[in-house]
Formats: sequence, C-alpha cells, structure tokens
Amino acid sequence: MTRLEQVSDLQPSYDVVVVGAGPAGMAAATEAAAHGLEVLLVDEAVSPGGQIFRAITQTPLRNREVLGEDYWRGRAAADSLLASGVHYLPGATVWHLDAGLQFGLSVGGRAAAVTARRAVLATGALERPFPVKGWTLPGVMSAGAAQTLLKASGMVPQGRVVLAGTGPLLWLLASQLVAAGHPPTAILDTTPTGNWRHAVRAFPGFLRSPYLAKGLRLLMRVRRAVRVVPGVTELAIEPGASCAAELVFHRGMRPAERMAADHVLLHQGVTPNVNLANAAGCALEWSELQACFRPRSDAWGRSSIEGIAITGDGSRIAGAEIAALRGQLAGLDAACELGRMDAEARDKLAAPIRARIATYDRGREFLDRLYRPSDHFRLPHDEALACRCEEVTGRQLREVAALGVPGPNQMKSMLRCGMGPCQGRLCGLTVVEAVAAARGVSPADVGYYRLRSPVKPITVAEIASMPRKASDEKAVLRV
Amino acid sequence: MFQRLPEACDSASRTSIHFTLDGLPAEGFAGDTVAAALLALGRDTCRQTAVSGSPRGPYCMMGVCFDCLVVIDGVGNRQGCLVPLREGMVVETQAGKREIGR
Ligand code: FES
Repeated sequence: MTRLEQVSDLQPSYDVVVVGAGPAGMAAATEAAAHGLEVLLVDEAVSPGGQIFRAITQTPLRNREVLGEDYWRGRAAADSLLASGVHYLPGATVWHLDAGLQFGLSVGGRAAAVTARRAVLATGALERPFPVKGWTLPGVMSAGAAQTLLKASGMVPQGRVVLAGTGPLLWLLASQLVAAGHPPTAILDTTPTGNWRHAVRAFPGFLRSPYLAKGLRLLMRVRRAVRVVPGVTELAIEPGASCAAELVFHRGMRPAERMAADHVLLHQGVTPNVNLANAAGCALEWSELQACFRPRSDAWGRSSIEGIAITGDGSRIAGAEIAALRGQLAGLDAACELGRMDAEARDKLAAPIRARIATYDRGREFLDRLYRPSDHFRLPHDEALACRCEEVTGRQLREVAALGVPGPNQMKSMLRCGMGPCQGRLCGLTVVEAVAAARGVSPADVGYYRLRSPVKPITVAEIASMPRKASDEKAVLRV
Repeated sequence: MFQRLPEACDSASRTSIHFTLDGLPAEGFAGDTVAAALLALGRDTCRQTAVSGSPRGPYCMMGVCFDCLVVIDGVGNRQGCLVPLREGMVVETQAGKREIGR
C-alpha cells in the first residue's frame, strides 16, 4: 500500500477509485489491486477500518476482551490492504462525483479532481436519526459515537450512563462497556414489543446463521450486569438540574418515569449513507423492511449509472461480514469490466463468496424485523429538532406538511431543513417520513432529497486551489 | 465527561500532546481527534449554534452531524471529530456562524 499525504500526490486518473475504507471498501480495493488494477482508496478517517473497525491499526486498547473478537477480525482485512498495491488517501473529503466518473477531493484545505474508469462507493452506514425532544442537548450522543471514543481513544463515559433505543449496536456497546469495567446504569429498550410477532417467521433462518450464538452471548453478558427497562414507548430528554440530562419516559399506559443521567447514548439502527451516490445521480429505492432509502444496485453492486458500483452497508444494511464479502465481489467485477478476466472467471471466483454471503444472510431478516424501530420514534416529536442544523422542529414540519407540501425538496425551500452543513444526512429520513405520514402515503411515493455537489462543505479558496489549465481560465474570463 | 481507561493513558506507551483550548494550556494523547480530547477534558459543549445560539457538543463522532464544529488554528467550522489532535494546536469553541475570513 502507498499512503498519500496530500492531493498533490494524486495521479490525474486511476483504474478504480474506491470511496470509504471500511470492510467493504478495504475488500474492494484489495481485490481490484490483486488483479493488477491501479486503485485509489479515499477515506475521511486517518486510518483504515471504517466505523466498525475504527482505529484497528492504532487503537490504544490492548485487552482484546473489551472490543471483542469481531472487532479484532478487522486486523486481517487491514493487513491485506497494507500488503496490497493500493494507493490510500486518508483524511480526505470527497465532495463531488458525477456520471463522467470525475471526483472532487480535498485534503487539508487543498482540492483536486481525479477521474476513474470505475468507481466503487463503500460509504457505509449512518446511525438512524432519533428525533426525540432533547436529543440535541450536550451530553446526549449516539451510541456509535461512544463506541468510536472507546475504539480510537480508549475512553468510556463517566457517571450515570443511560443507553436508549433498539438494535444490535446498542447491545454491543453495552457489552463492551461491561467488559471495560464500566457497565452503563440502564438500558431503556424501545424495541416495539409487537416486533416479535413479525420476526418469528424469520426465526428458522436466524437459528441456522452465525448470528445466533453471538447474539445470545452478548445479551446474557449485558443482562447480568445492566438494568434493562423493556417496552419504552415514549421518551424525552430534558436538561437536568444537577446532571447533564433527565430522561422522561413512558412504558405503555404506565405513568411517566424519570431517570437522571450524565450521558445519554441513543441508537435505533443504521441506514445506508447515500449522499454521494444520490448527488452523483444514482437511483434510490425505498426498503420497507429496513425503513430506509438505498441506492438501487444489482448482484455485483452496479448502480443505475454506468461505471459506478455501490457496495457494503452503503447499498444495503447487512453487517460487517457481508459488507466485506460484497466489497470483494465489487472488486472482482471491476477487474472483469476492465479486462483483467472474463465473466466466466469472475463468476467462478465469486461463487464461494456468494455462498458465504448466503450463510450470513439467513439471519438478517430476523434481525431486521426484530429491531425495526417503531413509527413513533422514527417520526419527529413536536418539540424535537428534526433538522439539527437549521433547527426545524417536528411541529413546524407537520404544520407545513399540512399545507400540502408534496416532498422533502419543497420542504427544504419552505423551512431550510436539509440545507445546513450536514446536507440532510441526519434529517433526510425524518423529513421524508414526516411528509409521508402527513400525506398518508409511503416514503417511496414521497422520494428523498435531491442532493447536489458539493456534498460536503468546502470553501471557495479550496476550489480555487485546484490545478487548472489555460482552457479552464478562458472559459470564465471575459476578454 | 469521558474517562480514559488505564491502559489507554499510560504515558510510557502513549505520547501526550499539548495544545491550547480557548487560550489555556491543555493536554490530550496521540490518536485523539480534537473532539475526543475535548470530551476527555469534560467539555461536553464545543459550540453555540448559528441559528439560536444553543449549546451543542459532538453527537456522531464520524463526520455526519457537524455538531462538533470548532475553530482550529484560526480556521472556523472545522469538524473536531475528524481532525487529529496535533502538538501546538490552537483550539477555540465556536460561537455561532463561522466568521468571514476565519
Ligand atoms: S461529531 Fe458529528 S460531525 Fe463531528
């Protein structure tokens, strides 16, 4: 692997440009390079691993128990990447991609354009928004954020720590905090009790998947050490008098209960990070089971735009193991498309990978159904900020939706939601679902934000720093 | 406030990094992002929002939410959760919008 430090180290073009150095991106880049392609792997973080294997090459934690063996498995993937011929650009922002496969990148305030013959987007997952009242207070963060602090800096939250929400990651974080010797005070479980009914028919598949043993171990470890409050149906967070936050929650018809906390860690599942694919013009589709939009893609990850493949959790939430395997498929397909092997050879190499994907896939539907967050917690509460950047509340969204606003793009012009620095990453689904609920239709009919580059804020000075040819200058200069 | 696990702060194996926070000397460790170092110092708030001036702190720690914005070495609107802490850095909490020219 060649580590590039700045945009001036870049070539003007590569065979393959991979965005995102998580399990899928590392696998795609390593696979493509193994077939002799010139590969650039671009990532926002300073070291490879993505979120799931965050800081895998440099975590200060030595006790492997804390993060668990599933985390340490990421080391092998990172080692393969280190041993490959991939050009790796860390600490980079990807702010542009178009159908001509031209990327706009920037590192440390300097920007450059790079062209690819194939693009592989492995932009991973985001935590689903959790728009309850008070989720913007200091001291409230996502469970994934606390996990990042643990992995990258060996830090744990101090004092009364309350986890709230649903989904495998919430339980994983709880078990890691237990293993670190700092069990959280309580878990407020918002998993809808009715989910079991829908999940049970997918149970046979789950029983035969590798997730069963893992899941049971995790739940037992947490339940032994942490108070779990099941069936939470309402949740709000208020600033505390003597603590960072006070949780106010309901369990069904029971009267309100209160709990003081120094840290509140929220989580209700993850959804694909579609911003770059969306801005490039790739078609999205709504998944009712996973309650999110995802880029449309085929069995190789090919999107609706020729030359752009989307892989890993960025195309469909399926977990780290499947993400890495699907990343490998995208790498193989790029090698085939660029003439390094024929389709027959590609299919032969892909067969055992697909078989392994199937083993894991058996267990996913059960997890998706069991941990599907309730409509109530996906829709913004009246007093919650649905859009954190522009500070638009759930009530404002509903009032404007009632005027007959058809979709999120019109909502943007009315309320500015989605127009702050995060460019709709954190409010997109909330706004879509709020409009859909107001209109009484499916989010599929409402559609998602139409995003445009730059997908991340960059300054005019950064754009001005881009190398330019005489013809570029002529195009804008009046003579 | 976040606390470092003992194995993550034994200074024999980890390099400490000195920086200034709102004009006062502060310390973190190599491998910290700016946002992580601030949280370990008990700074759950790192900015006031541009719209209403309410206090905010890091929410996602992965570059999504932009609630970790701080002024680093005189440049405003930097995502503290993405910028690695470096020796001698000058970090300031950000009040409201990025100022023109910084
Ligand atoms: S904490 Fe969310 S972008 Fe930094």
